[in-house]
Amino acid sequence: MNPYIPHTGEDIEAMLEAIGLQDVEALFADIPRPVRERHRPVGLPPQDELGVQRHLVGLAERSTGRKLVPFLGGGLYDHYIPPVVGHILSRAEFYTAYTPYQAEVSQGTLTWMFEYQTMICELTGMEVANASMYDGAAALAEAVLMAHRATGGTTILVPRSLNPRLREVVATYAWGAGLPLRDVPYDANGQLALDSIPDGICALIVQQPNALGTVEDLTGVKERLGKAFLIAYASPIPLAVLEPPGSLGADAVVGEGQALGNPLSFGGPLLGFFATRKDHLRRMPGRVSGQTQDVNGKVGYVMTFQTREQHIRREGATSNICTNSALCALAATVYLAALGPDGLRRVALLSFERAHALAERIARLPGYDLAFGGPFFHEFVVRCADPARAVDRLRRAGIAVVPPAFLHPLGVRDGVLVAATEKRTEEELDRFVAALGGR
Amino acid sequence: MIPKDLEYTRDHEWVRLEGDRARLGVTHHAQKQLGDIVFVELPPVGKTVRRGERMGAVESVKAVGEVFAPLSGAVVEINGGLSGSPDLVNKDPYGEGWLCVLKVSSPEEAEALLDPSAYEAFARSQG
Amino acid sequence: MSTIYDRGAPGRRALALPSLGQPEERLLGLIPAGMRRKRPPRLPEVSQPELVRHYTALSRMNYGVDTGFYPLGSCTMKHNPKLHEDLARNPALADLHPLLPPEDCQGALALLWEFGERLKAITGMPGVTLQPAAGAHGELTGMLLLKKWFEDQGEERKRTKILLPDSAHGTNPASAAMVGFTVVSLPSDRRGMVDLGALNLALGPDVAGIMLTVPNTLGIFEEDILEITRLVHEAGGLCYFDGANLNAYLGRARPGDMGADVFHINLHKTFSTPHGGGGPGAGPVTVSEALLPYLPVPDVVRDGVEFRLAWDRPNSIGRVHPYLGNTLVMVKSLVYILTLGDEGMREVSAGAVLAANYLRAKLKGAYVLPYDRLAKHEFVLSGEGLGEGVRTLDVAKRLMDYGFHPPTVYFPLIVKEALMIEPTETEPRETLDAFADAMLAIAQEAKEKPELLHQAPHATPVRRLDEARAVREPKLRREF
Repeated sequence: MNPYIPHTGEDIEAMLEAIGLQDVEALFADIPRPVRERHRPVGLPPQDELGVQRHLVGLAERSTGRKLVPFLGGGLYDHYIPPVVGHILSRAEFYTAYTPYQAEVSQGTLTWMFEYQTMICELTGMEVANASMYDGAAALAEAVLMAHRATGGTTILVPRSLNPRLREVVATYAWGAGLPLRDVPYDANGQLALDSIPDGICALIVQQPNALGTVEDLTGVKERLGKAFLIAYASPIPLAVLEPPGSLGADAVVGEGQALGNPLSFGGPLLGFFATRKDHLRRMPGRVSGQTQDVNGKVGYVMTFQTREQHIRREGATSNICTNSALCALAATVYLAALGPDGLRRVALLSFERAHALAERIARLPGYDLAFGGPFFHEFVVRCADPARAVDRLRRAGIAVVPPAFLHPLGVRDGVLVAATEKRTEEELDRFVAALGGR
Repeated sequence: MIPKDLEYTRDHEWVRLEGDRARLGVTHHAQKQLGDIVFVELPPVGKTVRRGERMGAVESVKAVGEVFAPLSGAVVEINGGLSGSPDLVNKDPYGEGWLCVLKVSSPEEAEALLDPSAYEAFARSQG
Repeated sequence: MSTIYDRGAPGRRALALPSLGQPEERLLGLIPAGMRRKRPPRLPEVSQPELVRHYTALSRMNYGVDTGFYPLGSCTMKHNPKLHEDLARNPALADLHPLLPPEDCQGALALLWEFGERLKAITGMPGVTLQPAAGAHGELTGMLLLKKWFEDQGEERKRTKILLPDSAHGTNPASAAMVGFTVVSLPSDRRGMVDLGALNLALGPDVAGIMLTVPNTLGIFEEDILEITRLVHEAGGLCYFDGANLNAYLGRARPGDMGADVFHINLHKTFSTPHGGGGPGAGPVTVSEALLPYLPVPDVVRDGVEFRLAWDRPNSIGRVHPYLGNTLVMVKSLVYILTLGDEGMREVSAGAVLAANYLRAKLKGAYVLPYDRLAKHEFVLSGEGLGEGVRTLDVAKRLMDYGFHPPTVYFPLIVKEALMIEPTETEPRETLDAFADAMLAIAQEAKEKPELLHQAPHATPVRRLDEARAVREPKLRREF
């Protein structure tokens, strides 16, 4: 018997009798006969749990990459995830619940959403945040659409130093909405080189730190943009010690929240965070939890400002988003609560320290140098004559870095992108340097 | 609940013609259908609208009543009191809960508005 | 409800971290002053026991499928098998970085490839993309595919309208609007199905396509589905199928055999992945032959025993996801498909439709049933006429006192005071009976003691909440 369906033969008969039908097939008589007749099975027999498990684990373990020491970044980072996060996420009351439409039986979800919104506002320096988007790329694309709605402008200024994966997703959404993209170059430091601001733009995107790892200086940028949006795509761990874009005039701060307590997951599910100013609340996409009171005056939380959303506003909604990344946002909430302000700063600075120690040692090797002179955080580009050979040497030493082709769309053909987190040890740094040095 | 001195639209809006000005709001029926009104979106003063064009919205917690221009014209005045007290639309839809005033550009369009008895019949047919 | 910010004290820690190798100030000094943070983010400071107690307390104020019956229409809240959770946590998957070269992630690529092949077979459609991260994201992908198709036909300026039955999910019109399409609503007929006359009138050279939910949100299978898709195709349009309700015919019928050009699948519905309190889910899309050239890149392809990523699709709409989609969600659904096999999938739809019709039969006398006909996996009642001033919302809230999660309410919009009930196949008959008994008891209470319903719920952590206040006096974050 199917382990997930509790209907015995006797149950089925009794239920059919109550309905007034002869057999189960009669339940499908309303599907046109030709459709039923054209149906072909997949060709799979049912399997026992042990067999399926063996098959899946066998397949999964074919990925040799998990045995490599990751100096991988490019938007997702290998940070330490405290076990307490996983234990909270395993509470079935959290993970088997639906969207909290019925507030009285969803106070758990609605309360942590309120906590999460607070934490994201604090990290980004903004006034309001939604309760998550699919991933950073979707959050960025939605921020661009919001900027278009708010300003009426169409052209999006996109730095060459933007993560190419983000750029590709934004380009797809923008094409759908009829918004053109325009490149902004970077300088020798790897920082944004913003000359003149053309007319009719809806937003400038700035990634902090950018895809080259360089920390951008956002001072004065918003003033130059006027009413056009400054959209900051920020990496959350560095925000522990970098000035939040909200304090520098950003109209929206979005980003990828994976680093906050979520595993790499082969790229999904991820966590898009989205924060903006109060003035734009009614233009913001996504769900929001708000504090209120019950009939007895007891504090409670509800999903609020729902008239922005698709289930009420339909084609006039601020976005089509419905299912988002709630459980990943819960992970981020527990993670940030577990670390606290000091712990988060420690994680950021440990990553910073490891990356700078590694960068210094690599730069001393003959044939290797840092590609850009600007300040960086926990990721940087190493310049060398033959990146493929460098990556191959690392691979043979059991070390993984992002394939050099990742940097090609950024105009970097002689570079290797290297990232470090608090998880990397001295021994691993030694191994990295030794592999590149060819000894 | 349908004042005799106003004219109406099929979008459940009322219009009070005062020379070349038209003051407008939503009807008692409309506010009752929406429930507790929590937000009113109004056009900026100076905006010109064509008849039938969307010019704002009256929102409750889980419903939105779009406001369409009953006549073509320019917005010359808006009810500033609604931003702090959107519930005025519930309490006094034909008085304190007015939405805005238009300077009418095509007075002949007013002929298409419904008189109170025609609107009453229309509202009843809508349930 | 107290938040985590109300617990703890300055200086408390929930975990011990490594030390820095040098003074903090020296490291901070390496960041140019203008870019250095001036004030730390205000985050909670709690010890680990406080942290665990707080979130455990929050979890106990929630209701999930593992807590009890969750007949939320259109959401397919079925049991989430536990094997899935364990397998998705396997470090060989969970700790894998998506930018590793294909030779180092063969296992993950193999899983994705196998999953895509299964979805193609289940839906009877030749192409698939696994990138969309949710159902609405799949819809957006589908609308982009339509746009690209008409661009290629040189018709993108002409074909600007999408037809939508008035019973459609709100995501459908919102997705169409994001790609610049104008939405035209199609009325339902007395049977609760698309009105063919109205469809014929609406079709024309300006129509890009139709978005259909099959079975529709009344839980009714469109008996004219083949006629509908034929008419749309003859008029030069394409057919988008919203797959939210695939659980109704899994293993028995395929959208590809009904004329679908695009079909999205909510893995967090039909394919049993947990909903997570609002996500993550996944919304893979399968397509007809015509749309193959436009699918997002890259694609996972098999070369003998090796798997690689392919970009050779010059007319692709591009990426909709920065990587390959929600892999860990897809793993759960693949395990589900492999466990069930063909036979199990047929049992799923049989059980779901059986349970829905069983409840329909039991409740039909006590509640208005506006469309009294064979239902598929869900059906819609109306809360009208139950008793003095009693509304559907009151019934929903009262159900909580009986220990059940309420059904979907006030949707679809074409039924006044709608109660949309989807029991799924994973509930024992005893649970269905207990729910029916509660619904019948509530109908009785509505007549005799309506105030009991008006004031419900009584037994929840909070009573009815003031939603108007939440908008009029917005508190969307903690103020310090």
